[in-house]
Amino acid sequence: MIAAAVSFLSGVLFGLGLAISQMTNPAKVLAFLDILGDWDPSLAFVMAGAVGVAAIGFAQAKKRATPVLEDEFKIPKRRDLDMPLVLGAALFGAGWGLVGLCPGPAIAGLVAGQTETVIFVGAMLAGMLTNRLIGSMRR
Amino acid sequence: MIGGGLIGLSATVLILVKGRIAGISGILGGALTLPTGDWAWRVLFLIGLIAGAALYNFVAPAPFVVAFDADTPLLVIAGLLVGYGSSLGNGCTSGHGVCGIARLSPRSIAATVLFMAVAMATLFLLRHTGAA
Repeated sequence: MIAAAVSFLSGVLFGLGLAISQMTNPAKVLAFLDILGDWDPSLAFVMAGAVGVAAIGFAQAKKRATPVLEDEFKIPKRRDLDMPLVLGAALFGAGWGLVGLCPGPAIAGLVAGQTETVIFVGAMLAGMLTNRLIGSMRR
Repeated sequence: MIGGGLIGLSATVLILVKGRIAGISGILGGALTLPTGDWAWRVLFLIGLIAGAALYNFVAPAPFVVAFDADTPLLVIAGLLVGYGSSLGNGCTSGHGVCGIARLSPRSIAATVLFMAVAMATLFLLRHTGAA
C-alpha cells in the first residue's frame, strides 16, 4: 500500500514539475532546441535543476544496500556504447526535434485534451510496441 | 528551476524507495505488457504523472499551454520515431537525460549528447532550410 502510494506520488511530482517548467509545451521545447534561430535557453535551467536534485538522490542510493521498500536497486550496470543505444538515441532525437514532444510531456499533456497529443501518443506507443515485437522475434 | 527540482525530487523518491529509475519511456514500455508483478507500480506512476499535470491546472491561475506547429503526418512520424527510438536506445529525456546524467552513466551521457544534437539539427533543417 505504501509502495503503491510512493509510485503514484513520484508520478505526481514528475507531472507537476513538467507542467510548471512548461516542458509540456512543444512550442517552448522547440524554442529551446532552435539554437540557431530565436533561441530560448530557459529549459536548460529546468534540466540543470532536475539533474542537480536527482544527483543527490542517486548519491544517497549509492550509500544504501537496498531501497527502502524493495530488495534491490534496478539500476543499469552497462557502461559500453553499442549500436542500439546510438541508433535509438539518434532516432529519438529526430522525432523530438520534429514536434517538440518526448514521452513524459506527451503523457502529461494528454490532460490538455488536444487531438494532436492523442495522435502523437498513439504513434509513440506503436513505435514502442514495434521495437518490443522485433526484439521478441529475435530472441 | 522549481519545475526541474520537482522532476529531480520525483527521481530521488523513486530510486530511494522503490529502487527504480524515473525514465518515462522505460516505465511506459514496461506497462505495455500483460500485468505481471512488475506492472502495477508503472501504471500507478503514469496515472500520477497525468494527475500531477491535472493538479497544476487545478491550482495554477491558467492551465498549461500545449502549442503545436505540426500537421497529422508529422505528428505520426515524430511519434513513431520517439517511441521506437526511446525503446531501442533504452531511454529518453528523463531516463538518460536526467537520471543517467545524475548518476554519471557513460551510456546515458553519450545518448543525451547525441539526441540533443540530432534534435537541434532536425529542427534546423525543418525550420531554416525548408529541406524536411
